[in-house]
Amino acid sequence: MYKYLPSTINHLILLVGLTVMVVPIWIIFASSTHSSLFINTNGLQFFLGENFKENYSTVLFKKSGFFNEITAFKMFFNSFIMATGIATLSVITSLMAAYGLVYFKIKYATFIFWLIFVTLLVPLELRVMPTFVVMSKLNLLNSFAGLIIPISASAIATFFFRQFYKSIPEELLEAAKLDGTNSWKFFIDFLIPLSKTMIAAVFIFMFVYGYNQYLWPLIMTTTEEYWTVVMGLKTMYGSISHRFAFVIMSMIPPVLIIVFLQKLFIQGIFQNK
Amino acid sequence: MSFLELKNITKIYPNGTKAVDETSLNVEDGEFVVFVGPSGCGKSTLLRMVAGLEDITDGQISLDGKIINDVDPSERDVAMVFQNYALYPHMSVYNNMAYGLKNRGISNDEIKNKVNEAAKLLEIDQLLSRKPSMLSGGQRQRVAMGRAIVRNPKIFLFDEPLSNLDAKLRNQMRLEIKKLQRQMGVTSIFVTHDQTEAMTLGDRIVVINNGIVEQVGTPKEIYSKPNTKFVAEFIGSPQMNLFNCKIENGIVKIDNNQITLDKKLNIENACLGVRPDDIQVNNNGQYRCIANLVEYLGSDMIIYSSMGDQEFSCKLSSKIELKAGDSFNFDILPSSVHIFDNITSNRI
Repeated sequence: MYKYLPSTINHLILLVGLTVMVVPIWIIFASSTHSSLFINTNGLQFFLGENFKENYSTVLFKKSGFFNEITAFKMFFNSFIMATGIATLSVITSLMAAYGLVYFKIKYATFIFWLIFVTLLVPLELRVMPTFVVMSKLNLLNSFAGLIIPISASAIATFFFRQFYKSIPEELLEAAKLDGTNSWKFFIDFLIPLSKTMIAAVFIFMFVYGYNQYLWPLIMTTTEEYWTVVMGLKTMYGSISHRFAFVIMSMIPPVLIIVFLQKLFIQGIFQNK
Repeated sequence: MSFLELKNITKIYPNGTKAVDETSLNVEDGEFVVFVGPSGCGKSTLLRMVAGLEDITDGQISLDGKIINDVDPSERDVAMVFQNYALYPHMSVYNNMAYGLKNRGISNDEIKNKVNEAAKLLEIDQLLSRKPSMLSGGQRQRVAMGRAIVRNPKIFLFDEPLSNLDAKLRNQMRLEIKKLQRQMGVTSIFVTHDQTEAMTLGDRIVVINNGIVEQVGTPKEIYSKPNTKFVAEFIGSPQMNLFNCKIENGIVKIDNNQITLDKKLNIENACLGVRPDDIQVNNNGQYRCIANLVEYLGSDMIIYSSMGDQEFSCKLSSKIELKAGDSFNFDILPSSVHIFDNITSNRI
């Protein structure tokens, strides 16, 4: 009896933590399956209702927004394109920047790196006006390119990859040189496969970062056609249970991407060790 | 013209360190040459310059009649085995060996044949699908060698490949490298700081110190006729005893002892070298000393003693009964001594 006490306490603590995390989400989910009338008269619900299919399909496919021009489905599509674009581009740019900084004999490479690093001190919110002007001059307002490009260079990802490349033994490059690689091949055949786990981590990080963007798409888009999920959350003017349904759905993509890529992430770690 | 020619090779690093100084060397086809010297003496730098991994500050390297100073490492047709093996961690053993061939545009069938052949030769054919992380040190070593062999290069370069292995495995791999080199007849250069490895592996040994070649010769030449004091001390284990002394009319004076040489030499500041195994302990010996310390090594033992304030060691069969504190008699034959000038360090 006595020996089970510590693990019982441990489990209790875990359960409390789990409750704090999950119960609010569950309440929103449960409430989103009732009709708005029911929620408005009876308050938040803990048990599932009968309007799940109706509420969710309405939110997904019925045009809403300020001018009733966009469906939630389209917003998910926009967010997905934007987040994937940002994640993919920042992985590519930071991989390449780090490769250049570490492996090429660039004068002042360290200085250039710190210059890149310093951009961390200048968040998007600070440079939102000049960036807007640049994008508008490039005629990229109201386009996916305009949504993605200004946030697709990541100093922190460059930093991660640079540190990682520096930890790769010099002999590996030398052996590869003797085996006849050129710089492009070394990048493709060695650095990319070796940094697979790192790429997965940076991808997750940047995907969530891109998905959560609010200010930039808000400033950048003037038609509802390019609205993203996070913008939609703010401007959805539907009934209460529709909004709950939308909130629940908005959580799914980042969760999915983490679940999906974390598998790869862990796999990579075990393969390398 | 030799197969590999180094002419007045100099390497100065950007920070001004002179790693290799005006080194010239010829290596014949099929020869096994060992570069040996203490760490930081420039032997690895010299090897890396042959591989093309290090720029040459001055001088000229030619391989098989072609000057390769500015030839890219991948075009030089050399293969190298690194100290830490430098296996590609994300590739299977097979791909590790096949990678260089793939880059040369060789057909898959041929690659398969070559890799399988090399794997059989090295007895790693069971491991081809494994990743390097799943191999032991000795197996990794074999894969690294396999990677060099499949390429069928003009020259093999070994950069201290045995130093990460334990003593037993090292001896075994040493033998195998030697056997393999004989079998394949590929010109090889082997860098090591271990004089035993150098002695056992090399057809010729190049002793390097401070970026300068001290002596080039067969193991026997190097051992029996060291050119300089450095070579005398570096080669041979336990190391050669060196006595600072004065030679007058062919008579060497160390403390109160005298050794009469074959030649009538007169040197004010000389150094007399005697190998520990050339000191002959016998009851009728001319000299008498006290054993300060006795090291038992199984079949042999090493006695540490001193003549005046100059310490020396001698190696003898452990059948002789001798304890620390005992005194013993010994002879030093004039024919077995090496004499160096203490000022120039050169052999006389």
